[in-house]
Amino acid sequence: MAVNLAAELDEASIRTHATVTDWQAAITLAGDALVAGGVTTDEYTNEMIAAVEKLGPYIVIAPGLAIAHSRPSPAVLRAGLSWVSLDEPVRFGHKKNDPVSLVIGLAAPDHEGHLEMMQALAGVLMNAELLAALQAADSPAQVLALMSNPELLTGKAHS
Amino acid sequence: MKIIAVCGMGIGTSVLLKMNTEKVLRTLGIDADVEAADIGVARGMARDAEIVLTSEELAEEIGDVDAQVIVIDNFFDLEEITEKLTSALE
Repeated sequence: MAVNLAAELDEASIRTHATVTDWQAAITLAGDALVAGGVTTDEYTNEMIAAVEKLGPYIVIAPGLAIAHSRPSPAVLRAGLSWVSLDEPVRFGHKKNDPVSLVIGLAAPDHEGHLEMMQALAGVLMNAELLAALQAADSPAQVLALMSNPELLTGKAHS
Repeated sequence: MKIIAVCGMGIGTSVLLKMNTEKVLRTLGIDADVEAADIGVARGMARDAEIVLTSEELAEEIGDVDAQVIVIDNFFDLEEITEKLTSALE
């Protein structure tokens, strides 16, 4: 369980204090961040938006959190993630978990083989204290530093 | 017992739901196979499963199957998963 999410996340794939007006723009940012990290091509961004148009806002799987993703396709270059924290939350149309303030972009070339990445992601997303600190982070470098050293949190609390 | 965690694409949210469901089952001491599936194959897989876990939007897509379909609102809320699984198994 000790896989470090920072190892799975490229600094180029992180956006902090992003501003968007709607969910399409939020997913587009998450898609652009995947492209910037060499994870996907632009086509994948369109696929992620089309998935929500077709299946609804089911990607909002917890309060404030959307996992934008589509299926394995030629637009996926490798397994990877992006991380977009929003200054102003946007609505995805989910009945219970709106509005969304964190969008994780996710891509995988197949159905297996990215389990460690998902475990690392779950580890971070289920740690409420770490998640709050990550959403308040001011820069991609700070996001990565917090993920690599969650003990920074305790340091912060006592300083 | 077989449990299926369903999402739209089978690579993301269903994998997270599967991991948390396994965690809950371990705590409850229940022995079950949990598989992640996408919506396209879920109906077929539900034929020999007892329970299907998914989100509200996708529960409507899955429609009428023999397995019990349980809607999970917060995939990271182990208490919600525990409660809903427990009452489904009663």
